[in-house]
Parts: sequence; structure tokens; C-alpha cells
Amino acid sequence: MTMHRALPMMLTTALLVPSTVSSQDSAGAQVKRGEYLVSIAGCHDCHTPWTTGSAGPEPDMKRALSGHPQDVMISAPATLSPPWSGAMNPTSTGWSGPWGVSFSANLTPDPETGVLRDFTEQQFIQTMRTGRHQGQGRPILPPMPWPAYGNMTDDDLKAVFAYLRQVPPVKNKVPDPLPPKQ
Amino acid sequence: MAQVIAARRLLWSGQVRCSVAVAAMLLFYGILKSEPAVPQPASGSPPSTLQETGLYADFDTLQVDSAHLAFAPQYPLWSDGATKRRWISLPPGTAIDGSDPEVWIFPVGTRFWKEFSFNGERVETRYLERRADGQWLYAAYAWSADGREAQLVSARGKRGVYPLAGGRTHTIPGVTDCKACHQGGPSEVLGFSTLQLSPERDLGASHAELQPEPHVDLRYLVDRGLLVGLPRALLDTPPRIAAATATERAALGYMHGNCGHCHNERGSLQNIGLFLRHSVMNSDEPAIASTVRQSVKKPAPGQSPDAVLRVAPGHPDRSGLMQRISSRSPSLQMPPLGTDLIDDEAVRLLYRWIEEKGASIQQAHINEEGR
Repeated sequence: MTMHRALPMMLTTALLVPSTVSSQDSAGAQVKRGEYLVSIAGCHDCHTPWTTGSAGPEPDMKRALSGHPQDVMISAPATLSPPWSGAMNPTSTGWSGPWGVSFSANLTPDPETGVLRDFTEQQFIQTMRTGRHQGQGRPILPPMPWPAYGNMTDDDLKAVFAYLRQVPPVKNKVPDPLPPKQ
Repeated sequence: MAQVIAARRLLWSGQVRCSVAVAAMLLFYGILKSEPAVPQPASGSPPSTLQETGLYADFDTLQVDSAHLAFAPQYPLWSDGATKRRWISLPPGTAIDGSDPEVWIFPVGTRFWKEFSFNGERVETRYLERRADGQWLYAAYAWSADGREAQLVSARGKRGVYPLAGGRTHTIPGVTDCKACHQGGPSEVLGFSTLQLSPERDLGASHAELQPEPHVDLRYLVDRGLLVGLPRALLDTPPRIAAATATERAALGYMHGNCGHCHNERGSLQNIGLFLRHSVMNSDEPAIASTVRQSVKKPAPGQSPDAVLRVAPGHPDRSGLMQRISSRSPSLQMPPLGTDLIDDEAVRLLYRWIEEKGASIQQAHINEEGR
């Protein structure tokens, strides 16, 4: 290849490389921001199963954000006496209340069992804004604090979504919610 | 939430832990129950009474301003059996731009009203107004028990406004839920469109309504200069859903009017690949192509495992679509909002359509083999 032919290609490459790097930096910063937000917003409190470690109860980060474990069977709402009206199970992923029993969702990008597998970024944002699945569908059950997260900025919610898309996938089919006692 | 985390770490065991969790749950449940307002782009404030929106010429006698046009779409939305009356008001000298027949553009100042009654009793009137910034203003007004006044409902909506069958009650949806449907497709106005106002009305439509005076349809609007730019072909050959049978036409029309505002090719749910909105510009029917023999993408909670297809021809009981519309369990029901009672008439219609679809496919196979 002669120099006059190679020059344009070299120039193009030189121009493209920084922008690629910059784009990667930007994506990396977005994911880091998402990781930070997930850590302070209490997502692990319900979406990561808790276990008892050497220092006491703690989220099991080997199953981070994978939701209610499929092998932890719950078949009916808690039986409670007044003044109590709600309860949670030891993994902190099953919640019983007037709405029935809700199980925290698998937020990892597992292609078969991750709840976000069909979500677009915009649908994720709308879900937090409306409290409805994919922004327009069935209502998200308590205690998911979407009204609080709905106050986050679009950029913050995009960062959370970007982070969740790249955490290690965990195959875990979360059971369907249970209706309240009649 | 941070308080819950801190409490959990410090007070993990026994009743204290439980009480923290329960408090958190109840807090969130209380929040959910009251459907709190979600920040929306501000676009002015609605008037505090229905009277101030200008619907009535005389509020004492509830005489509607004769300048407003009453209309009825040919495929109405099911709202638990509510009787509805609807009006549109265009500012004098303005017109709707219909050059894109799928997305009419309404002039600034356009107003819509939709009145909901149960058993002859006015319950609510919903209101849409196009503001100067191009945004639509959403509001709902709840009628007093004596029917003498209608006050603005909170943006969070209002529950329990009228008793329905089975111990259920009518809910006035919050603004967020209104927008979930109205902003789910290419146009925020849903019932006033090319197909809905076609002079070729479907007499077999589910819950078909008589057209109120002055019979507003495409021809009426164009003749009076209220609708401009509509392609001439749509006047010469008014749009109608192309279907193999009258049942199919009504079924597709029902899905257009009740499902297509979210399930369409241009809205944010397009990645689901379920297209129930009829297009007046395309001869094909995406509602058939995206349902018949098409796999359920992700079963909803409570859906039976044998419903692997959205529409299984000849097998309505095994069709995901039937299971969704036949339920009012919050996780399974379709539509997911705006209704608390199953639409039995629509269930019968779609059941019949899916049965007939099976028979027609079977007949086609017989004919094929006979050649």
C-alpha cells in the first residue's frame, strides 16, 4: 500500500481510537455509577438472598440480585395475629402482607429467568416511574419501593439498568406471587 | 430504605427485626395503595371543577355547549360496563391535520371530555386538553352523589367511587395510569381516529354504541373543514378491518380498541412483538400475524402451562390471549388497568373467533389434501 493510500486510513484510525476509548470510558463510568446506586439504594436487601455468615446475617453475594431462590418453597401467606399484618422469610426475598406473598425478582441478565430479559432501557425507567411491569403492565407488588426510585433521574435509572445488564447471570426461576388469604 | 438496612444490621433477630420489616412493608404498601404521584412534565394545572373546563353552556341544567361535538368510536373501550358520552371541542377556525391517518395532529386548544355513568348515575368525567406547549393535560372529575357538582380528582386517582359486581368498585385512574395507555402508541388521542370514525361502522362490534347527533364521522369532519389532509382514498373507500368473517372483524376491532393502544408497532412495548392496533394504511392484519400460532413470549404469573400459544386455533382454552382477558387477577389480567370486571361479551366474541379460526384452518387443510 502506498503512503498516499495509507494516510487516510491512518488518519481515520487515529480519529476513531480516542472516541472508541472515550465511549468505553463513558460506559464504564455509567456501570460504576449504577453499581454505586444499587449498593446505596438497598437493592440487595430484597433481591439478593440473605444467609447467616460468620459475622451474622448478610446478603449472599454469590447469588447477588438473583431474587427469591427457587428452592425455597413458600405456599401460603403468613398467619399473623393483630397488631401484625406482614412478615418476611429468612432469605429476605419472600414478603407476606395484605397483598398476598411477593417474591423478589431475579434482576440478573440470565436469558431464561432474569425478569429484565425483555426490558428495554426505556421500559425499565417507566417501570420505576409507574410501578407497572415494563411500564404499562401488571402492578409491581409491595414492598418494592418504586415510588422512591421513581424520583431518580433518567440518567441514574439508566446507570442502574446498565449495571444490572452486566452483573453475572444467575439461573433462578422466581415463583409467581401468591394471592392474599380469602 | 437506608433506615431499614441499618436496622437490619443492628437488630437482626426476633421481633425487632420483624417489626422493622413490617413497618417497611406497610409503609410501602400504604404508598402503593395510595398510588402516589410520579413526577410528570408540568403542563399547566387543570381547572378545579368540571364546570370550569367549559363543557356545559348551563351547568345548572347540565346543558352541554352546542359548539361541542358529541361522538362515539365504533370500537369502544370496555370500562366495566360504564355508559359513556364523549365530546370534542376544536378552537374556532382550526382543524385537525389528518395527513398522517395513523396519527392525527390536533390543534392547540383541542378539548375532549368522556363522561362515565353506571346505572344512570354520573360517576366521573375525564378531560384532555392540548396546551400551548403541545402537551396534553390530563384530568378527571368525580361527580358528587347528588350529581350537582364534579370536582377535580387528585393526580393519584380515586378508589371505590362506585360499587360494581362481586364486591369490586370502580376506580378513577391516576394520571400515571391514564398516560400508561394514552402514551403507549403513536397518538395520545385514542378514540377519535381514522378507523374509529370510519363511516363503515362495524355493526357487530362488541358494545357497539349508537352514534349521537350529529353523527360525527370522517365525512362529517372533512365536509366542514374540521379535518384536513386526510388522504382522499380513505374517503372514497372508508377504512374497515379486512377479515375473513364478521366474527373476525369484530374480534380484531375489539383488540384494536382495547389492547392496541399499548400493543402496537410504534409504542414502547413494540419489542414484545404483539401488534393489536389496526393500521388503516396497511392491507395486512398484524393482529392475526402476531397472535395466531405465535408463541407466548413470557407467561404471566397464573397463566396455565398449556397456554404456549397466544392464539391456538380451535383451542380457546389453551390460548394465552383468552386466559389474560378472562382474568381479573392483577398479575394475569388484560388490560392490566382501567377495568375490574371481566368483559364477558368480549370473552365470548374472542372465544368464538378462536374456535372458528381452528375450523377454517382445518377446512383449508382438507381442501389442500383434496387437490
